[in-house]
Amino acid sequence: MSHVIEARGLTKKYGDLTAVDGIDFSIRAGECYGFLGPNGAGKTSTVKMIHCFAPVTAGELRVFGLDVREHPREIKTRIGVCQQEDTLDPDFSVHKNLLVFARYFGIAAREAEIRAQELLEFMGLWERRKDGIRQLSGGLKRRLVIARALINRPDLLILDEPTTGLDPQSRHQVWDRVRSLRKQGKTILLTTHYMDEAQTLCDRLVIMDHGKILIEGPPADLVRSRVGKDVIEIWGYPPALVERARQNGWNFETDSDRLFIYTDAGDEVFSAIHGQYPMERCTVRTAGLEDLFLKLTGRELRE
Amino acid sequence: MRSLVGNISLRSLRVWQRNRDVYFVTWKTNLVPPLLEPILYLLAFGAGIGALVKEVRYEGAPIGYTAFIAPGLLATQVMFQSFFENTYNTFVRMYYQRTFDAIVTTPLTLEDVMAGELLWGASKGTIGCTIMMAAISAFGLIRYPEALVIVPFSFLAGLFFAGLALCFTGLVPQIDVFNFPIFLFVMPMFLFSGTFFPLEVLPVWAQRLAWALPLTHVTRVMREACLGRLPADLGWDLLYIVLATAPVNLLGIHLMRKRLVK
Ligand SMILES: Nc1ncnc2c1ncn2[C@@H]1O[C@H](COP(=O)(O)OP(=O)(O)OP(=O)(O)O)[C@@H](O)[C@H]1O
Ligand SMILES: [Mg+2]
Repeated sequence: MSHVIEARGLTKKYGDLTAVDGIDFSIRAGECYGFLGPNGAGKTSTVKMIHCFAPVTAGELRVFGLDVREHPREIKTRIGVCQQEDTLDPDFSVHKNLLVFARYFGIAAREAEIRAQELLEFMGLWERRKDGIRQLSGGLKRRLVIARALINRPDLLILDEPTTGLDPQSRHQVWDRVRSLRKQGKTILLTTHYMDEAQTLCDRLVIMDHGKILIEGPPADLVRSRVGKDVIEIWGYPPALVERARQNGWNFETDSDRLFIYTDAGDEVFSAIHGQYPMERCTVRTAGLEDLFLKLTGRELRE
Repeated sequence: MRSLVGNISLRSLRVWQRNRDVYFVTWKTNLVPPLLEPILYLLAFGAGIGALVKEVRYEGAPIGYTAFIAPGLLATQVMFQSFFENTYNTFVRMYYQRTFDAIVTTPLTLEDVMAGELLWGASKGTIGCTIMMAAISAFGLIRYPEALVIVPFSFLAGLFFAGLALCFTGLVPQIDVFNFPIFLFVMPMFLFSGTFFPLEVLPVWAQRLAWALPLTHVTRVMREACLGRLPADLGWDLLYIVLATAPVNLLGIHLMRKRLVK
């Protein structure tokens, strides 16, 4: 069995609302797999079905080869979940949070003590172990939630927006820890709104919108095949340039004040148009995941 | 219903342990109310009302007024402790702290979590009642060893009120809506369950109504035990409580599942 998670036609409905609309994906052992998508795309709903909390409305979902409907306890013994919302126990210290959580897994007190120390050191929280939860900053809380999710030495780690609201230093620290967990061979499922996060951490990812998977693959390949190598971004573009782009069959897009041209030959196209048209500014840059994301999910606001 | 019961395991004790641990973090403040409350009541009712009403007739025999209300205080203590635990406190854990969201990612089922909550709610009743008994004993109003049956009995009674509380927690849209069950059920029971005056003084229709209230039966068991009149004819009272406890507990768990699992 090489797939840690296998979903076929996975569907989640809340009454009339279809949050997850018949998606297929499989996650291999040892990879870091990302879920990207605008607010309300269905990422958290998918995650909740995987950790056997939200009942599957339709379709197949197997974790470690086990049906989530039949074997929730077995599955949950082997996964660690870092939820989107803060769920730490505010009545306990940092250290006690880990010990109490270990007890839910039936880990003996002495063993729990060993693991708690190990994880507090791993996440850089040992110095703060006696602090109350209310004294922790957002970054420290997130690190503690990740430490807590590791207390049962899970084979699969689920991180739902692990770095939302963190400062750059804290984010880099979390990324560093996630990378080192991946090196240890853990399978990781990650949801995020940060493109740089997905790009640096994920071996493969999906972009979801309205409950459907729009695209799947390794981030660099996806950008390369769907966007191209470069993006030319033109502020205050003239209508004639749009006309030319259309005639030349260029891959392009516009928003209220910018024209984007996606191409593999950025420099050539740049010299061909630069100075030829009146414009405020024109730059060439390497295409990234964000270009792909906006191209697929559009630029208008959600929810 | 079968899967609901099937989803409850011994792991629910982990949730009980978690709540116990929180209780001990703040044990000093938790200890004060059940110790001081009966002293205040006994002073107010004993020295105040007791000065006017020296004795009441209870089931045909005269009995001192403070001795009459002491078991009533124990019974209401169990009701308040267990009911408040599984309404306000459970709601805070469920909604504000998201404690249950975290626990259900471990091998515990939601039913385990709820069973643990109920066991803890019942335990709160027992703890409060036992501490209060110790305080009241100082007034010489409780007969031992007969009254010791109150300790296990308070757990059963506590479990009933815990289950009732969880039903409301499964239903209320916001935390302040608990005011309704408290003013519609809990306060009337507090006052009209033979706690502060014998039911015999009420008109017959009101007596009948009072006998339908669970706290009336809890109070009666407590009173017989405090007076050292065991074994008394408590069969119907016990049967009522046992028969009422199972369904409210299962219904409470069911309503919480309906509320939380979408
Ligand atoms: N318990 C629920 N009851 C009803 N609708 C829900 C529930 N949970 C989620 N939804 C709806 O399902 C859709 C998908 O929500 P979900 O939380 O899975 O999105 P998401 O991709 O995680 O979004 P975000 O990036 O904002 O976290 C949304 O329209 C949301 O409003
Ligand atoms: Mg989400």
